[in-house]
Amino acid sequence: MPEELIETIKKEFRNLILDGTVSNNETYLTVKKDAAVRICDYLHHTLDFPLISIFATDDRAKDGCFKIHYVFSCKGDVFIIIKIKVEETTPRFATLTHKIPAANWYEREIQDMFGLAPVGHPDPRRLIHFEDWAAGLYPLRKDFDIRTKPDRVKGEYTYRKVEGEGVYEIPVGPVHAGVIEPGHFRFSVAGEPILNLEIRHFYTHKGVEKLFESVSLDKAVFLAERISGDNSAAHAVAFCQAVEKIAGIDIPPRAKYIRTILLELERMYNHMGDIAGIATDVAYPFGAAHANYLKERVMQLNEKVTGSRFLRGMNAIGGVRRDIGDKKDMILKELDLMQKDFKELMELLFNSPSVADRIETTGRITGEIAKGLHVVGPAGRASGIDSDVRRDHPYAAYSELTFKVPVLKTGDVNARTRVRADEVYESMALIRQALSDLPHGEIRTELKTIHDGCALGYSEAPRGETLYWVNISNNRIERCKVRDPSFCNWLSIEYAVLDNIVPDFPIINKSLSLSYSGNDM
Amino acid sequence: MTVDDEMEIMGQRLNRKIRALFGRSLSIREVDAGSCNACEVEVNALANPVYDMERFGIHIVASPRHADMLLVTGPVTRNMELALLKTANATPEPKLVVAMGSCACNGGIFGETYASGGGVDRFMPVDVYIPGCPPRPQAVIFGLMVAVDKLEQKIKKSEVKV
Repeated sequence: MPEELIETIKKEFRNLILDGTVSNNETYLTVKKDAAVRICDYLHHTLDFPLISIFATDDRAKDGCFKIHYVFSCKGDVFIIIKIKVEETTPRFATLTHKIPAANWYEREIQDMFGLAPVGHPDPRRLIHFEDWAAGLYPLRKDFDIRTKPDRVKGEYTYRKVEGEGVYEIPVGPVHAGVIEPGHFRFSVAGEPILNLEIRHFYTHKGVEKLFESVSLDKAVFLAERISGDNSAAHAVAFCQAVEKIAGIDIPPRAKYIRTILLELERMYNHMGDIAGIATDVAYPFGAAHANYLKERVMQLNEKVTGSRFLRGMNAIGGVRRDIGDKKDMILKELDLMQKDFKELMELLFNSPSVADRIETTGRITGEIAKGLHVVGPAGRASGIDSDVRRDHPYAAYSELTFKVPVLKTGDVNARTRVRADEVYESMALIRQALSDLPHGEIRTELKTIHDGCALGYSEAPRGETLYWVNISNNRIERCKVRDPSFCNWLSIEYAVLDNIVPDFPIINKSLSLSYSGNDM
Repeated sequence: MTVDDEMEIMGQRLNRKIRALFGRSLSIREVDAGSCNACEVEVNALANPVYDMERFGIHIVASPRHADMLLVTGPVTRNMELALLKTANATPEPKLVVAMGSCACNGGIFGETYASGGGVDRFMPVDVYIPGCPPRPQAVIFGLMVAVDKLEQKIKKSEVKV
């Protein structure tokens, strides 16, 4: 399958492909700079492969160029990475956004972090840096020192303006009324219905990708766990898998199963928390209290099993740090009790007319928009996007376990809530299977030496597809690109709220369950 | 004694202190100054039926104008610095500032970079530090108890001056 696929692409663009290399399930094709848009358009629209990331690297020390990588996820567990070279003297590349809307933020991110301008971009404003950031400073270039503290300069940020009789703006954030992360929302409304929403984020930008380049491999796992706190395990697993792929380590089967159990525990408490949040926002406090109680039970179980309520410190390069085999009976007992409670709660929740009234048809994301923006995870599956990394690009023990991927079509808050509820049952079933099939043996393979190379690591976090691209050179991380699922999903909220009323915004926001820290990094 | 019992005893003690000092609930405004969201998960956990902090007289308020205490998380990013200072300025005196989590205490794993400013005490005086990544709900309750003691001392000092 991969060979045929590559042949088809090579035949189609014979003279435009300069070089091709294959490593594991990743195919890297270096193409002519001005051909990238055409080839990406072909991969996305003709072959129907989603664009899952665009990122740049600074290879000026090696060959005098920057490189831009376009990553596509293909059928049959294959990734195609289209590479172009960008010279320092002409720091520009053609935009892909008008062909694939999902490219929007990636290109603006590259502009801010590398100083490479996407020519023809429909919205070339800054994304990560604020107006007080001096021009000409690009943090991910190798000659930028991470300790630099640039002075604040005067500048202004312009928001999209909606004009008309009776139209006014509601600015919200970055400090919100509830205990949530910081971000700015600017609504343009006429009465109650929302005419336009503009989101402005990156308040929690901490320079994580630059930080990866200055920490050791062992410490980098801890950093990955702290990119989006409630998705700690998924991030750690994705990072470890990328490094293990480069090192050529096959982790012990027992470690694979333990990782699977951790990832599903994480999914359970996140989904329960999201359902609790939705119940709170539709004024169904009984359901919220009950779902929050269930979430707390999973977090307490996490602590008993791993020592951390957030499953932190468990994953390591080469496997896991602690065996959980002796906790099997306790986990199974808790799962049975929780499943009974959860089932009762879901029956109450979905049969309550006051809940149905608020969540049905609210915050609809059409399949077309979800596909264009590459909306991932439960939000994508609620809009008819049938994708799940666990099934499409199997990792850990998922290829040996059976599970269903729930997909719904309506794309409203109701569908997103139901997808999550269904996934909780799947997670419980997966944990039971993994515990009963738990193989014997070691839990960690020692990482002795690691040669230079690069690889993708990925996992299906509770929020969706999480992607790491790690490049190792001389035992150090040369570049680590992190793509949290929220980075894909945030833009969809601008479409989901249209024609909804302002009081429904919190429910829509909660139902998309977006991480600010994972997005801003 | 189980962990739950400890929580109960600590919570009741805190409740008595808050009553004696304020005659009402302790009002807290939480500010995320760049955290990874794990600290927020734990603050929200304090409101769940297992801990139910409202019964101990701990109330999260929507505005800093109504707050006795700022509970700050995260390593104070460059982009959040201004919003944090504005929030602190809007909080009436005498106020308490509590740094929650390793990042707020000293920058944590993010330390100081072009985008991260380090601990909260680089930007304003901090009364109490609650270490942990993230601190468990019990640790947060304990930290709040230390903070309330501190406020009592602050008030006494200012009375002596008058």
